[in-house]
Amino acid sequence: MEILEIILTSLYVSLTSTAIASIIAILLAVPFSIKDFKLKRAIYRIADSLMAMPPVVMGLIVFIILSKRGPLGELNLLFTPTAMIIAQMLLILPIIFVLTVRQIEKIAPTIQKNCYMLGGDYGDFLFLIINECKGEIFTSVTSGFSRAISEVGAVMMVGGNIKGYTRVMTTFIALETSKGNFKDALIIGLILLAISFLINIILHSLKGRETNEYIN
Amino acid sequence: MRRWIVLLLSIFLMSCSSAQKKEITLATTTSLQDSGLLEYLIPEFEKDTGIKVKVIARGTGEALEIAKRGDADILFVHSKEKEEEFIKEGYGLKRDEIMYNDFVIVGPKDDPAKVKENASNNPLKAFELIYKSNSVFVSRGDESGTHQREKKLWREININPKWKSYIVSGLGMGQVLNIADEKGGYTLSDRATYITMKKNLSLQIVCEGHPMLKNQYSIVLLNPNKISHKKELAEEFEVWILSDKAKELINNYGIEKYGEPLFKFNGKR
Repeated sequence: MEILEIILTSLYVSLTSTAIASIIAILLAVPFSIKDFKLKRAIYRIADSLMAMPPVVMGLIVFIILSKRGPLGELNLLFTPTAMIIAQMLLILPIIFVLTVRQIEKIAPTIQKNCYMLGGDYGDFLFLIINECKGEIFTSVTSGFSRAISEVGAVMMVGGNIKGYTRVMTTFIALETSKGNFKDALIIGLILLAISFLINIILHSLKGRETNEYIN
Repeated sequence: MRRWIVLLLSIFLMSCSSAQKKEITLATTTSLQDSGLLEYLIPEFEKDTGIKVKVIARGTGEALEIAKRGDADILFVHSKEKEEEFIKEGYGLKRDEIMYNDFVIVGPKDDPAKVKENASNNPLKAFELIYKSNSVFVSRGDESGTHQREKKLWREININPKWKSYIVSGLGMGQVLNIADEKGGYTLSDRATYITMKKNLSLQIVCEGHPMLKNQYSIVLLNPNKISHKKELAEEFEVWILSDKAKELINNYGIEKYGEPLFKFNGKR
């Protein structure tokens, strides 16, 4: 079943890239929000601009790096799902990072103070802040995931749209459109929309339940 | 939390280690993908040899570039001059002609440049008529094999194709046919892509059947001294695509679905 395979590849690539990007972004965002250092504003500005990075540019950069003639050519990663994960991960890393920093910047110092006052260490603090800001962090992660699964430029370039291997929903739509099969393209388009919608609902319901626990 | 990280990382690493399998990367042109030929041939090859083929379909120009960078193991393209240049520069070892079909000039039903009436088998005159009547012409503009041929035809009649309704698209064959259809314009297409898309288009063939429109597809083997690649597996592909079985598959492709073959095998062993 070709369509099922395409949907599964899409989900595998985008969920993995979102998971990796989220872990890195959150682990960076927490210390970034509470510490003050020299280049903080500059780094924030750069990350903020990187949020608008066009996927094709990211695709091109990853292509050049992973190509046999590139610095990481030895790894044989070009035109594999891993290459697509890397490109998407780099694409959404600044998005999740900036959104998370924006969300937790204001409350982080208070939580830190309280946590240390009660005798907690850095690990406790990290756990506590992630726990306290679950909802906000979920929102950032959802934004990253939406961007990852809907993007076509980068995965087309580094994945190569290989049938049964690196063909995902967006590249399938692009290919079928170019062949004039608007019907198939549209069906997959609707499935893509439905999946994004579903994942959003799941994430929001998770968020909703957490907040309610606190109110009760 | 930590368990999840470990789990995800191990999935990630597992997907990295897939490079050792028996597989080759075939860089090819959009027309072979859009016409469906590769989707029909490749599974047979995989079944016969156990070698998995990863197909990267781009314009011939980009396919050659991908091979130069070492990111492909074999080429299946259709631009004789470019292929020979590729071999002369030392990147390619040799080219084997595999099959051919032809290019056709397609245009809107009302044929404003009167090509069908006055130049139905003369592509040079057809291009001149299109140019002189200021008609819409959609060019691939992507250094693909089809684009190379189009440029060659313009060169033959000493016309620099730059007029207001000459559209440079930069897209694959299928998309260019869609644009030509929408804009009521002419374009040069390989016959296979045109036939496979005919049902969605209102374009008609206005010029065909001239030696200058012959469209030869060849495979190019890479030079192992200049490009590191999977030479043995690429050679297996060469042997297979020149076999009687492949010949029959290619010659029969399209008859069932479109009532006519899309390619004619002319490989020599």
